[in-house]
This record gives sequence, C-alpha cells and structure tokens, in this order.
Amino acid sequence: MSDNIRKVEGITKESTEALIAETLAVYPEKAKKKRAPHLGANDPASGAACVKSNKKTVPGVMSARGCAYAGAKGVVWGPIRDMVHVSHGPVGCGWYSWGTRRNMMSGITGVTSFPMQFTSDFQEKDIVYGGDKKLKTLLEEAHDLFPLAKGISVLSECPVGLIGDDINSVARTSAKELDIPIIPCNCEGFRGVSQSLGHHISNDTIRDYIIGTREYAEPASPYDIALIGEYNIGGDAWSTKPLLEECGLNVKSVWTGDGELEKIAATHQVKLNVIHCYRSMNYMCKVMEEKYGIPWVELNFFGPTKIRNSLRQLAMLFDDHIKAKVEEVIAKYDPLMQAVIDEYKPRLDGKKVMLLVGGLRPRHTIGAYEDLGMDCVGSGYEFAHTDDYDRTAPEMPDATVVYDDPSEYEFEKFADALKPDLIGSGIKEKYVFQKMGIPFRQMHSWDYSGPYHGYKGFEVFARDVDMAINSPTWKLVKAPY
Amino acid sequence: MSNLLGLEVKKIVETPPEEIERVKEWINTEEYKEKNFARQALVINPVHACQPLGAQLAAHGFEGTLPFVHGSQGCASYYRSTLNRHFREPAPAVSDSMTEDGAVFGGQNNLHEGLENAYAIYKPKMIAVFTSCMPEVIGDDLTAFIKNAKQKGIVPKEMPIPYANTPSFNGTHIHGYDSMLVSVLQNLTEEKKIEGRCTGKLNLIAGCDFNTGDYREYKRILEAFGIPYTVLADISDTFDSPCDGSYHIYAGGTKLEDAADSINGKATIAIGPYATPKTFNWIKENYSGKHVSMPMPMGIEKTDAFIMKVAELFGKEVPASLKNERGRAVDAITDSHQYIHGKKFAVYGDPDYLMGYVSFLLEMGGVPHHILCSRGSKKVEKELQALLDGSMYGKGCKIYMNKDLWHLRSLLMTDPVDAVIGDSHGKFAARDAKVPLFRFGFPVFDRVNKHRYPIIGYQGAVNMLTEICNKFIDIKDETCEDRQFELMR
Repeated sequence: MSDNIRKVEGITKESTEALIAETLAVYPEKAKKKRAPHLGANDPASGAACVKSNKKTVPGVMSARGCAYAGAKGVVWGPIRDMVHVSHGPVGCGWYSWGTRRNMMSGITGVTSFPMQFTSDFQEKDIVYGGDKKLKTLLEEAHDLFPLAKGISVLSECPVGLIGDDINSVARTSAKELDIPIIPCNCEGFRGVSQSLGHHISNDTIRDYIIGTREYAEPASPYDIALIGEYNIGGDAWSTKPLLEECGLNVKSVWTGDGELEKIAATHQVKLNVIHCYRSMNYMCKVMEEKYGIPWVELNFFGPTKIRNSLRQLAMLFDDHIKAKVEEVIAKYDPLMQAVIDEYKPRLDGKKVMLLVGGLRPRHTIGAYEDLGMDCVGSGYEFAHTDDYDRTAPEMPDATVVYDDPSEYEFEKFADALKPDLIGSGIKEKYVFQKMGIPFRQMHSWDYSGPYHGYKGFEVFARDVDMAINSPTWKLVKAPY
Repeated sequence: MSNLLGLEVKKIVETPPEEIERVKEWINTEEYKEKNFARQALVINPVHACQPLGAQLAAHGFEGTLPFVHGSQGCASYYRSTLNRHFREPAPAVSDSMTEDGAVFGGQNNLHEGLENAYAIYKPKMIAVFTSCMPEVIGDDLTAFIKNAKQKGIVPKEMPIPYANTPSFNGTHIHGYDSMLVSVLQNLTEEKKIEGRCTGKLNLIAGCDFNTGDYREYKRILEAFGIPYTVLADISDTFDSPCDGSYHIYAGGTKLEDAADSINGKATIAIGPYATPKTFNWIKENYSGKHVSMPMPMGIEKTDAFIMKVAELFGKEVPASLKNERGRAVDAITDSHQYIHGKKFAVYGDPDYLMGYVSFLLEMGGVPHHILCSRGSKKVEKELQALLDGSMYGKGCKIYMNKDLWHLRSLLMTDPVDAVIGDSHGKFAARDAKVPLFRFGFPVFDRVNKHRYPIIGYQGAVNMLTEICNKFIDIKDETCEDRQFELMR
C-alpha cells in the first residue's frame, strides 16, 4: 500500500464531483438516485471505499457485468484442466464462454485436459419434462468418452433452477455409480447481482465436495503452499508458479489456472495459502483458515515494485532459508526489471490510464503502471465489494474518479473529460474507445497477449502498454483533409 | 470430512504415461468414433449458438436501434462480446438485468425501468426487445408489458418497440434472427401499405449473415444494375464503421423510413431460406410486388441464379460490368482449379452457409466429403443430398445432421480430408487432424478482417478460391522436400 497521497494535476474533489453530476444529468430521477452512490472521488486518506458496491445493476443502462454462471464456469471451475465442465441448460451460455477467457491449459485435449464446450443443449421438452434424466445419461457418456477426466462439474444455467431440477441428487447418484467426483453447482445466471455470486457459490461447492478428499502422495514440507486466485490468463501461472518455486517454496496446487482437481482437493494440507485474486477466492482462504488453521496472505504480482514488496511480505512468514532465497531472487530480477523500465519509461512517463475490470485488477495493476511512470486517473470494477474498494483507496491518486459497475455512457463521459492516454478494460469497451482514437488494452484477457503476472509478465506488460500508447497508427485517425 | 458425495479420501494418483498414450491413440480410432456417435444426451463443441444472438444481429441492422435483452444481464454481455470479437467493433445493447425477484414477480418492472433508462440515456429511434431464457421459462407476456409501458408514458407512444420471443432452448441463432427481423418489419410497416404505391425498389434481406463484406457486395451488384434498393437489416455500417476519432453508438442500419416503405417495394428477395422462413412467409402475405426466397449466392452457379433473378424481377439486362466480372471470376477459377480439384473437404455450419460451401466446392471439382450440420431439419438434409447427387464430385460424400465438432473430430481422424471449412471453433479438430481450416463462417475470433471480404457473388467466389488455393500451395512449399521446392506452382 502506498504511504504517500499522490495528486494528479487538474483533478480535485470538486472537479470529480462536478464530472459525476454532469454525467448523471441525463438519467431519469430514479436511476440517478440509484447510480449516484456508485460514483465517487477517491479519498486515500480515509483508506476506505468511496462508493457503494455489489448492488443490483440498474436496468437498461448498459452494464458490462456478467452473471453467476459466468463467474462459476468462466472463472472458478472452467480453468481446472482435468475435469469435464458441463454447461447444463441451453446451448448458448457454454458456447459464448467457450475459450474466451484465455485461461490456458497444459495436457492433451480430450485426453487429459478438456478446454471444450460440454452442454446438455436443452430443448423445449427438457424445460417441460425436466433435464435430470438427460443429465444422468450425459454424465455416463462423458465418463465413457473421457475416462481420464478426474471429475465432472455440472454448472446450472437459468432454466435449470427455474424448472426445479435436482442436479444435486443426480450428481450424488452418478458420482457413486461412476466413482468420480461430480460436483453440482447451482450457479444460475439470475442469482445475485454479478459474476461475484458465481465465484462464491463455486467456492462453496469446492468446500462441500472437493477439499479434504485427497492427500498429497509425497511427504509434507514446511514450504508447502497453494497459489489461490491465479487463473493462468495468457500463461500467468507459468510465470508466478516458477517464481515462487525459485524462492524455495513448493507450490502444491494452483487455484484454478491450469489446475488439477486432485491437487486442489488436497490443499487442506498446505502450510500457507497465497492469494492473488482476493475477490473470487477469499471465501475458500477463510474456510481453510477456520477449518484447517491455514493462514493466508494477499500478494500482488503486477510490476516490480509490488512483486518485490509481496515477496518480502511472503518471506516474513518463513524461515531464514526462504528469506535469503527471496532476497537472491529480488537481487537477480531487479536489474532486469530496471532495464525494462529504462527502455519504456521515457516514452510513457506522465501518461494517464483509466481502468474498468472485474474485481482485482483495477487496483492491483496500478503499481505496474506507476513503475512505468504512468498515473491512474480513474478506476472501477464490474463486480467488486466494499472490501475491494477499501483496498483501492490507497492505491489511487487523491480525488480521482471511482466507478462501480459503470454504464457504458458513464465510462465514455469520464473518458471524454479525463482524456486518458490508455484505457484498460474489456472487449465490450475496446472498440468504443478505439473509435474515439484512445489506445486500449483488454485487461481481462491481456488482449491475446500475456502473461502479465510476475517478472516475466512485466516485460510483456510494459511492451504492450508502450505498443498501445505509442503506436504510429493513432496518428492516422484524423484525415489530413 | 466435508465430502457431500460420500466418496472415500484417497492419495493423489498420477495417471500412468502409458495409460495416457493408450487413450490418446484410442480417441482417434473407429471404435471411439462409434462410441462418440452413439451419444444421446451430451453435446460437445456445438456449432450453433442460441436465438437471442441472431436477434441482436438483426436489431443492429436498423438505424438508431438499441437491442434490448429482456432477461438476465449476463446473456447480453455474452451476445455483445461475441459480436465484438467477431467484427472487432462495438456492439451496444442493454439488458433489463432480471434477477431472482423477477422469477417470482415476473419481469415487467425490470422491462419498464430498463426502457425508461435506455430511452433517456441512449436516445434510440427504435428499441428492439428480445428475450433470453428466464422470461421464456416463467412465461412473461411481452405484448402486455410493452403496451403497458406505452400507456404509462414510460416511452413515447410513437416509439417503435418491436419484440420477439427468442427462447434459447429452441432453435439456434438463425431462428432468433428470423423472429426479430419479422417483428421489426411488422412493427415498422404497420399501416404503411399504400394502395397503388410502388417504391420501385428491390428489398433485399441478406439472411443471418455475419460478413459485412457480403452486404456491401449485394449493394454493389444492385448498383451495377442501376436498381434502387433497400437492404433490410443492413449491418454493414454498424459493424464496419470508420475509426475517425469519434464514437457513434448507432453507426449504421437500414433507415427506418425505408424499412417502413419497403412494404410498397417492387420486389423482395430474402436470402437464406433457412434463416428467413418466418420473415419471408410474412412478406409474401403482406408486401407488394414480387417475392423470392433464394439461397446464399456462393459460387458461380448460385450467383448466376441471383443475378438472373434480379434481372428478371426488374426487366433488365445483366450489365456488361457484371458479365465481365463473372468472366474474370471464371478466369480465376479455371486458372487455379487444379489446386482444389479432387481435394476432400469437411464442411460445417448453418444450413444456408452449408448449401453455399457444398455448391461452390462441387463446381470447382472439390469433394465435400463430410458435411456436418449442428442443427437442421430433414429438409436441409434432402437439399444437401440433392446437391451431392447432382455432381460426380458428390459421390461418397456424407451428411451428418445434428452432430457437433467432437463428432467432426472423429470423422477427421478416421476418414481424413485435406481441409476443413467452417468457423474458428473448428481449429482444434483441424489441428489434431493436421489440416488447414478455412474460416468462412461465424464466428471468426482468430483472424483479422475476414468479415470485410465477401464470400457471396463472383467476388466472393474469387476470395474463397484465392484463400483455399494459396493455402494449399503454402503447405506444399512448407512441407515438400528441398529438391521439389520450386519457383513455380
């Protein structure tokens, strides 16, 4: 966390509040009243959230949010590579979320890993008569065709919950018959207000069905840790896991990027949980702390400053052996990272960035931009909660605008006023801003690049940010005539 | 132990490498294929999406129109991001974010609040409402809800709000396209039919076509004829808009007044009999002039048929420029047919696209060996079979109805082909089979600008031909022995 309060020239509490008021002017009264508490000027001194969050989206405003199913399939369950993940219900949900998050997987597709679209493709008759029978048959077929799959998750789409199917009972029966874990996850898209409830429901199913059901084959060590909330987007885990190993730690499981079901199931045996994406997986860290006494620590692997602080924070929890290793690692990478900064900072110094991402990156990536000399002039989340905004306050400069679940209109207005040099957000926002001539990077998927985590990731991140902002193509946007 | 499944706690056991090897081989076998084709319930890697996606595409094809998803908000985000990824363009659409309480009380409150906000914030000329699963399961009455919204003054009475029921558990995206389109036309043309009036124009519906180049190509052809036209559900400017430093939420679309007047057209051509049956039937009953439903004009023969039909409808000679264009396309084909002749292809996609691929391949002397349709009727199968029966290159080719890309993988591994034609999702099967994939369908997430290159008309034939032939030549150059690596191909 930053100890000094930073300012951005031209941004004051008054200017930000005026911008918010002006933006909301077009809204009908009721919508204005609902939206106003979700927009605010950052107050780093308070160290507390300046906006309300985790509330229902206002209908009709064009939110970027997804649903509980998206949080379950796309975020928590989907990345576990050695399971079959069934999108239970109509064909669409699974089809849209098929291969679109970029959680990379090792293994052999269809043999040991399953980055495919499995669905029960509900038809009218399944709605009328229920889909439980179909589900039972489908689970047998999946087990038959993919004998090396370690388990199956059943992820409910909207109709399943509405017609009153009992997937839990089917899963229980089939799990016994097939002798593999089959996890029913009632993550229908209409539940909750965003993806966030899908994360929570999925964490709960891991708690109820998975954790504690396996044990590591090799003997325990004091350095056994699990990496939680690392989804291997663009290969992130292939940067962070080796980094932690270089520090002398044994990463026994990764939740859930390139994850393996059985290793996740034995995580109750580790000595420490290291969590990256707090929003999507803090629940299980807390459960494991209460139930198994496993402490957990929140780290940040974006940019050398945060990585250095994080590794030292981690070292504090271990013995001198690890402390020495960590210092070695920092000493090894510091000059390499300085070289990256020396190359890019001269071209990026003083540039402004605005962010709108899911539940972590709007605060976690700020340090990496700052390493490159950039300022974050606005940030917000799709589905964060108050504890996320509390953590955001100290990371952002004073009085900069914070937006919770902003509409496309709000985001566009803010960008119009603040004139950022870069926007980091999602695919739905990307082309809106590029049409406006504003450089953009997709910060959910790393824009088909990555990794961005760890030392290895910073090199890629710095290159991508420079490429976006300083591309000569932006000079062509305005015709000379 | 907190294990609700009641399974015993076990030590982690790694799968032995020889077992992995065995399964890796096994999934490529005939035995596996049989097991795979015996599936009754599980669908793996389907080619089709759900109805609302197509509905949104149709909605984007009209001027000032805001697509509005009545249902869960996640649905809207999925449709939007799919269109964003394919076109690399914005796809603005709102949802009324129904949640649990909607399931209990129905979705009217959400719909009304959503309409009020969307109208105030995004100032649309038309709001096109379509449904995702939730309101369809609970049985929301859109007719009443929208009538009530107007009565309460939530949106102006004169504001067109066409709506379509597009349940995702029925049909595919092409059916949603059809339902939304017919609803828009019904709404806009209401009381617009004027006895004796004729716009003199051709109305053209491109079908559930995700290629902006195709729309521009239709227009170019009609301009060559000098025939005035209205392309209905014209997404070409919506999804291929200029980057000039400003963002326009409604970048394109058929002018609403042109759409309204289309009922007085001289003739209407609806392309894609499988994507536009409802719309076409309704037009036949209600529109002035002549009405024709035609397949996508892919390849020379189908383009000829389209050109001749246009000429016939308007009593015009085919202009010299198009005759020359045909000649140049045929020249390109005869110059390069040897790179396709006898090559075996696997093709998959929506029915209208499939008819086009098969017809194009057959006239080139290519062999559409495996034809796979993710969702289609007996009629689709019959029409495909008739195409195969009409050519010696169709001999031995097989049609697989209601099968998915995991079935296709089995086909590619047990009965290999030289190439696959479809969309980006086929890349996994094509890679396993070590053959190229030609992305002429939807969606294309992994190549740039494909949607700008038409696949219909003579120019479309040249585009497909060029891509296919050059790829085969590339493969030869990359894989041949040094002594066979030569300058000319």
